[in-house]
Amino acid sequence: MPNLRFTEKALSEWMRGTANDSDIVISSRVRIARNLQHLPFPLLATRQQSEEVLKRLSKVTGNQNIKGLGPFYTVKLDEIEPIDKKVLVEKHLISPSLASESQNGAVMINEDESVSIMINEEDHLRIQCLYPGFQVREAWGKATAIDDLFESEVDYAFDDKRGYLTSCPTNVGTGLRASVMMHLPALVMTQQINRILSAVSQVGLTVRGIYGEGSEAIGNLFQISNQITLGQTENEIIDNLHSVVLQIIEHEKNARMRLMNDSRLRIRDRIKRSYGILSYAEIMDSKEAGQRLSDVRLGIDLGIVQGPSIPVMNELNVMTQPGFLQKKFGHDMNSEERDIYRARLIREALANT
Amino acid sequence: MLCQECGKRPATLHFTKIVNGEKNEIHICETCAREKGELIPGTTGGFSIHSLLSGLLDFETTGKGTASSVKTPQSLHCEECGMTYSQFSKIGRFGCSSCYKYFGDRLDPLFKRVHGNTVHVGKVPKRSGGRIQLKRKIDDLKLELQQRIQQEEFEEAAQLRDQIRTLEKEISGQ
Repeated sequence: MPNLRFTEKALSEWMRGTANDSDIVISSRVRIARNLQHLPFPLLATRQQSEEVLKRLSKVTGNQNIKGLGPFYTVKLDEIEPIDKKVLVEKHLISPSLASESQNGAVMINEDESVSIMINEEDHLRIQCLYPGFQVREAWGKATAIDDLFESEVDYAFDDKRGYLTSCPTNVGTGLRASVMMHLPALVMTQQINRILSAVSQVGLTVRGIYGEGSEAIGNLFQISNQITLGQTENEIIDNLHSVVLQIIEHEKNARMRLMNDSRLRIRDRIKRSYGILSYAEIMDSKEAGQRLSDVRLGIDLGIVQGPSIPVMNELNVMTQPGFLQKKFGHDMNSEERDIYRARLIREALANT
Repeated sequence: MLCQECGKRPATLHFTKIVNGEKNEIHICETCAREKGELIPGTTGGFSIHSLLSGLLDFETTGKGTASSVKTPQSLHCEECGMTYSQFSKIGRFGCSSCYKYFGDRLDPLFKRVHGNTVHVGKVPKRSGGRIQLKRKIDDLKLELQQRIQQEEFEEAAQLRDQIRTLEKEISGQ
């Protein structure tokens, strides 16, 4: 019987906490890509070879209670329902490609869901650590410790000159992708966002939508991550991201202050309208939900909205996704039905706060 | 700046398109971008990092532009997994870790473009990477040795030289 504990609740345990700058930085994520020596990458691996990878890597987490992380549970992707895969993607525990394309794909998730280790994705091993708020250094510390643990048991594909060898040339070297999810409504409202995003891209960072490559930025959420993995040390990569994010936080704070000084009534009106609509609407598409939830989150940060907490907003961001809605209400839905259930779910969540 | 397509909404996407060496600056709004099918990273659509990479690699194999010195024989392939260089340049992904070895220095222009660098300086696996760590330490010591000699601090330089010799022996003994 596959383990479904991770798809039953919308909120990973870590999302309940609050952390540094969690009004602007929603979460910090680090992932490192690794491959085993003498086995082809998943792209060319036979079924037997991908099974071998899974077996070798499972042995590492299976035998021990990794310090401070609790036991790991292994979920094999071909043993669970499509809807559960979708929910795992919506919770950021696996990537869309692990859900849809992998052979012998699996994920090992720890008790509080702060660590997920993907197996047979684009690379044999992808260690991901997800922390609330602005904790990119902490996430890196944890990821590298888990990396050391695997490295003590298996031989990685590593080269003197190129570093850790990965399937895609964009990950070679450190294999490290560090990213921070930011809520930047004031920079969007004051139309400074494009200027800032283009500046960010000039210092080796990229900006993406919240579900990774190729996805859309919804609800003023932006994911900022390093682009370069070769020729910089891990600490340089993390420090660079850290300092850029600090500056963006500062810009967002200033923009919020200016909005409150210059157009206080308009901002209050916009936020309260959104709160009213979310509290009473009967139909709500995902785009509108993203925008209104963003307004209310800003309202909470600015002290304009009382009642719902930031963890509730985090929960709603996940629960209003198509996969989770269908999981929660127990049947397939077309998009119109989803809009009705989405509105209902939001109404009920806000009424309870 | 207004969108150059509709002339109504503000242009929010700015990019440079190069087709057959001809450069075009484009400033459009998101709505028109979608309608025109200009697919941009960060929005939904078929544009992916792999298609971008394979574009870069194709560029190289056709031998145009700055990478003209890098000629790739048609038969170049990885003897471990069988992936050919031309396959790699189409899908933008390696078949196995040996591809890095067989495609060798031909990868430098690609890494230079993607990362601005070609050599790893970060973490090294503790168990299998002992030799690499020693090598890095020797390089650091050699650099320091040069500085000491320039500053005419010969006593310290001699110590460093001995240290380097010991480490080099350690490496050759491994």
